[in-house]
Amino acid sequence: MKMLVQSAGFLSSVQDSGRAGFRSSGVSLGGALDPSAFRVANALVGNDHNAAGIEATLGTLRLRFEDRRLVAWCGGDFSVQIGDEDLPSGHAGLVEKDEELKMTAPSAGGRAWLAVSGGIDVPLVLGSRSTDLRGNFGGYEGRALRDGDALRLFKERRFTNRRPDKNGDLESAVPWISEWSAPAPWASTAHRDSFLRIVKGPDWNRFTPDAQTALITNPFVVTPDSDRMGARLEGPELARVDATDLLSEAVAPGTLQVPPNGKPILLLGDCQTIGGYPKIAHVITVDLPIAAQLWPGDPVRFQEVSLAEAQNLLCAREEDFARFRVGLSLHFE
Amino acid sequence: MQIEPLGDAALLVRVVDNFHLEESLDAVLRATRQLEAAAIPSVIELAPAYTTIGVFFDPTRIGAFDEFRAAIERALQSDSKSARLRAAVETITEVPVCYENEFAPDLDEVARQSGLSSEEVVRLHSNAHYQVSCVGFTPGFPYLTGLPPELATPRRASPRKEIPAGAVAIGGTQTGIYPRKSPGGWNIIGRTPLQLFDVERESPALFHAGDHVRFRRISRDEFDRLSQ
Repeated sequence: MKMLVQSAGFLSSVQDSGRAGFRSSGVSLGGALDPSAFRVANALVGNDHNAAGIEATLGTLRLRFEDRRLVAWCGGDFSVQIGDEDLPSGHAGLVEKDEELKMTAPSAGGRAWLAVSGGIDVPLVLGSRSTDLRGNFGGYEGRALRDGDALRLFKERRFTNRRPDKNGDLESAVPWISEWSAPAPWASTAHRDSFLRIVKGPDWNRFTPDAQTALITNPFVVTPDSDRMGARLEGPELARVDATDLLSEAVAPGTLQVPPNGKPILLLGDCQTIGGYPKIAHVITVDLPIAAQLWPGDPVRFQEVSLAEAQNLLCAREEDFARFRVGLSLHFE
Repeated sequence: MQIEPLGDAALLVRVVDNFHLEESLDAVLRATRQLEAAAIPSVIELAPAYTTIGVFFDPTRIGAFDEFRAAIERALQSDSKSARLRAAVETITEVPVCYENEFAPDLDEVARQSGLSSEEVVRLHSNAHYQVSCVGFTPGFPYLTGLPPELATPRRASPRKEIPAGAVAIGGTQTGIYPRKSPGGWNIIGRTPLQLFDVERESPALFHAGDHVRFRRISRDEFDRLSQ
């Protein structure tokens, strides 16, 4: 059975949790820019954490389904309708055969992740179903979705509707919104005034004390030449104490690198594997969901935390997610 | 040897302090094999480059960072003479390159910078022995060391929006090959018909760090034959 792309919107692509294992061949991690929101959406529809879904950018994405599916989405403040009914983020909703799902541009943030029960059936390329948009491989024909594409879906897991309708029937009226939902901070990740927590980078001491102070006290603004590789930021110039050319070395999503013009670039999921610009700091993993919502014109501030705190926050989130999954498992066979 | 965090999910092992062509590369490759052999369960992947190795890990599985750092240090002190760590068979890849004008828009500029004739540039470039110091920038792009010093040419002031797949180019003291159509600022002096990156192959990238490379000058006819 298939899902039909009526309108692909600004930029939509098939993504999963990324293509780890090929960095030494120069292949970016890629995948959903917010792997957490993506994973939560999958959990809500009973999918494996890595089942392929859609990353939507701005709007308007319209999809039609050849059979009945459970869908869920997480991310920016999009407006999503199944037929005429709203589907809030972090909930699962039923889309009937031939019914339309519509995602309209967000009032805050820029990206959302849509999971469909069963997951999208595209070939595994280097172990992943993600679209590498620069490399033109993976996903659906190695490219962004276009109007008229038809995506095959895998068979879904059966789920239990535990909310009988007014007649006491377990098969409820359309549309059907799940009684289960995800915690709001995981499901709605756009912030109007973003604070990103950072740890110092390997090249922190190559920057002047003024630059170090400016990074953690001044606001920066996201510029229009930002994309899935990175968010470019405008703000106080981050000056270096030395001008030595550095050898390229590994970078990662979250790395805050500073080219010679002193304007930092916050690297995101599609960032290249190695880079030669000094790395002043790194956004911690638990804050990458907020980073993935940065949109041109958005303000962003940075706040320093210790490495131990970053790791503790992540371990706590992972424990919460494991409990969330266990809770959801009651609803799926 | 120095280990420093690269955010909360990766770290950088600085294997050597300075870059001295073969010695640095050998040390980085040896350290990479030591880390691979140690098979530390929380390690997801390694990204070697020039003088460093990026170690990507699952932060929820490492315990305290200092303990993990100690495990990495132990792995790097393991007996590097053991059989498992011995270098794999040296790979020498011959890369056919057509240096004809239509594929070499910057050959004249490289010649001008070096004070040599175009013919001499091609002869030097195709007779040298190169080694892959790392693969990056785009999937399969090999950064090659071993460029004859006379041929070093600064990157173009304004990068080209589109460089064709297979373009052989010089950027500073390095030479490299663009695996696919992409933007770039290196000086283009030839083109190879080889496919540098193909997801259908068992090993998608043609080159890996440490591989040896030679260029073989080919005619336009041979380029066309090999392209088929």
